[in-house]
Amino acid sequence: MKLIIKTVTKPGSTRANKTGAWRSFMPVFDHKLCSKCGICGIYCPEGVVYKLENGYFEPDYEYCKGCGVCANECPKKAIVMVLEGK
Amino acid sequence: MRKNMVVVEGSYAVAHAVKVCRPNVISAYPITPQTHIVEDLAQFAADGEMNCEYMNVESEFSAISALIGASAAGARTYSSTTSQGLALMHEALFNASGMRLPIVMTVVNRALSAPINIWNDQQDSISQRDTGWIQLYAEDVQESADMTPQIYKLAEDEDVLLPAMSCMDGFILSHVYEPVILLEQSLTDEFLPAYDPEFTLDPKNPMSFGAFADPSTYTEFRYKQEKAMGVALEKIEKIANEFKDIYGRYYGGLIDGYVLDDAEIVIMAMGSIIGTVKDTIDELRIEGESVGLLKVRSFRPFPTEAIRKALKNAKVVITLDKNISIGKNEGALCTEVKACLHNTDNRVPVIGFMLGHGGRDIPINMIKKIINKAKLVEKGIFIESEFADLREDLA
Amino acid sequence: MSLLKPGHRGCAGCGDAFAGKFVLDALGEDVVIVSPTGCLEVFTTPYPESAWGVPWIHSLFENAAAVASGVEAAMNALGKKNNTKIVIIGGDGATFDIGLQAISGAFERGHDITYICVDNEAYMNTGIQRSGATPLYASTTTSPHGKVSIGNPQHKKNMPAIIAAHGSPYVATASIGYAPDMIKKVKKAAQVKGPTYVHVHAPCCTGWKFDSSKTIEVGRLAVETAMWPLYEMENGEVTNVRKIKNRKPVEEYLKVQGRFKHLFTMDGKNEGIKKVQAIADWNAKHFGLE
Repeated sequence: MKLIIKTVTKPGSTRANKTGAWRSFMPVFDHKLCSKCGICGIYCPEGVVYKLENGYFEPDYEYCKGCGVCANECPKKAIVMVLEGK
Repeated sequence: MRKNMVVVEGSYAVAHAVKVCRPNVISAYPITPQTHIVEDLAQFAADGEMNCEYMNVESEFSAISALIGASAAGARTYSSTTSQGLALMHEALFNASGMRLPIVMTVVNRALSAPINIWNDQQDSISQRDTGWIQLYAEDVQESADMTPQIYKLAEDEDVLLPAMSCMDGFILSHVYEPVILLEQSLTDEFLPAYDPEFTLDPKNPMSFGAFADPSTYTEFRYKQEKAMGVALEKIEKIANEFKDIYGRYYGGLIDGYVLDDAEIVIMAMGSIIGTVKDTIDELRIEGESVGLLKVRSFRPFPTEAIRKALKNAKVVITLDKNISIGKNEGALCTEVKACLHNTDNRVPVIGFMLGHGGRDIPINMIKKIINKAKLVEKGIFIESEFADLREDLA
Repeated sequence: MSLLKPGHRGCAGCGDAFAGKFVLDALGEDVVIVSPTGCLEVFTTPYPESAWGVPWIHSLFENAAAVASGVEAAMNALGKKNNTKIVIIGGDGATFDIGLQAISGAFERGHDITYICVDNEAYMNTGIQRSGATPLYASTTTSPHGKVSIGNPQHKKNMPAIIAAHGSPYVATASIGYAPDMIKKVKKAAQVKGPTYVHVHAPCCTGWKFDSSKTIEVGRLAVETAMWPLYEMENGEVTNVRKIKNRKPVEEYLKVQGRFKHLFTMDGKNEGIKKVQAIADWNAKHFGLE
């Protein structure tokens, strides 16, 4: 890997770092309870809760750190933090 | 040639040289004795003679910081400072060099506080020698002006890309009125191309500048800066010759010699003191003394090979330093010359004299006194390094 | 996808990450971001990676406003400015303390820049030390509560007032707990010509010691207790406030944070909490929040 001088780095290259490996708890989304309000999409600090074509939401588990904010903010309690088995 | 000359203040000649280099962003903060340069530039800007943004900043730290941002955005940049101002920039100097931004600054050399003193010595720029900035020292006003386009061309070279200091002695060169040839715009446009960097801050091609590098990658950044200094070492002479081809003037590249080839006693110095040394040599040569001058023009990159070659026939070397490393009892030129000779067969004695601190005047008689002291080495009396101009009544 | 790309090394539930994301979502691609040293800068740019999907520069800790001034000057000089917004995103340490001089100079010169302070109320990147933004009685590693100390003895410096005093045409406070409001204010600040300022409250689960899932909730509690008033100032006058229905007592906000836990367990605890309540009461009165 050739160093670029000026300590210049390409945008978005952090995507190489899969932070999903960090978490202990993972959010599980129950679409039956979901009202499609989009609050989980807004309030994910990683920006990895995405709207699906059918209007429901899912996290990208490759990057989800398991912080639990989406579960805490969901007005329908449609997201539950579950201990991830290893 | 004479009719092209005008009598101007040294600062004006440099400011004019900056103007014809077409800077895009200038940051200014007052500090004696560089202030006249930024004042002259302000007047040029006020009269619409420069197409650039002129910023009055609130400290020298912000002066250099603004140029870091401007250079990263693709601008040709300029500021001028001295002494306390340069010292205040210390942290940012490392930053600018590590970021490989070809910022150009005139350093009008002045002593450092404490005690506070506004007159000339070279402690300010010498104490920044580790920051990764190119440092060139000018002998007179014409060279100070002429150095400006040369140093832009050097700094902005795509294989160099290092920031650069053009050093001129405060008051002695900045405030003196001399006949000079002001640089012509047309010749400068021919000599100095526009600054066109590969990466800039550009929404159409976003890049991140100033990442943090952990132990696994940091060393290579330093290595690349050092390599760039190596490229600068070659280009300094080349650019000086290109300047001569277009403007007709030459002051040496990395070094220059004055009656050097057969000299047994060689005096090494940087900056305006060279004029006094040349006059001293002229007088002593008439008396049959075998004395010559090795002018050091480039201090960073340090011209090791060129100096080794130039000192091959010397019987004794005198270094003159307008600076001191407290605790080593030596000036930097002395230390670095000794170091560059150490691993060679050349065992010529190097005698270090520190003088001119805080602007103390250096008359011809002082240089003659120094030469006589150095000659004592023939009698087995060797001086490692000392203050040449100490006042016994105050010491 | 957000312009702040995932894979960065911010803590799970990081308030700064929220702030960075909302700012970029508000501004879009036509920006140049300048960051001082701090959490947001460090966790987004470990060489050779960068999370920033827009042009970005980091120089030093204390000079972001000066660097941004230079970027603006350069883009003007080169005829490249167009509609590109130049935005500084800096933490409270860099803003309130070490970088204050450069901010003062930049605002006095009137550059067309927007300064967004992401305020997590301490020097978090170096391990939770007290800054000029640390609120009264908060426990940090350099202002810890102890046998003879009740935590940070100083009041939080009033940065918005200082910026307004420089003649900024637009100053606003915002909170990551109120994302649509924050995004609206950031957009407005960027669109107003001249030096503008948005002060964003960004709760830090690691430094304030609460569960990572509560970051947004704590942000809301700060607003609902009037500890973090939301307002806009235009040309020095408060023009818009977010009123609070049923203002909560400060205990609701303090009790969920480990950095204030000592206020509830120490002798004479009511005195400490009363002083904090007085701050909230003053905010409510001064800004007309009720």
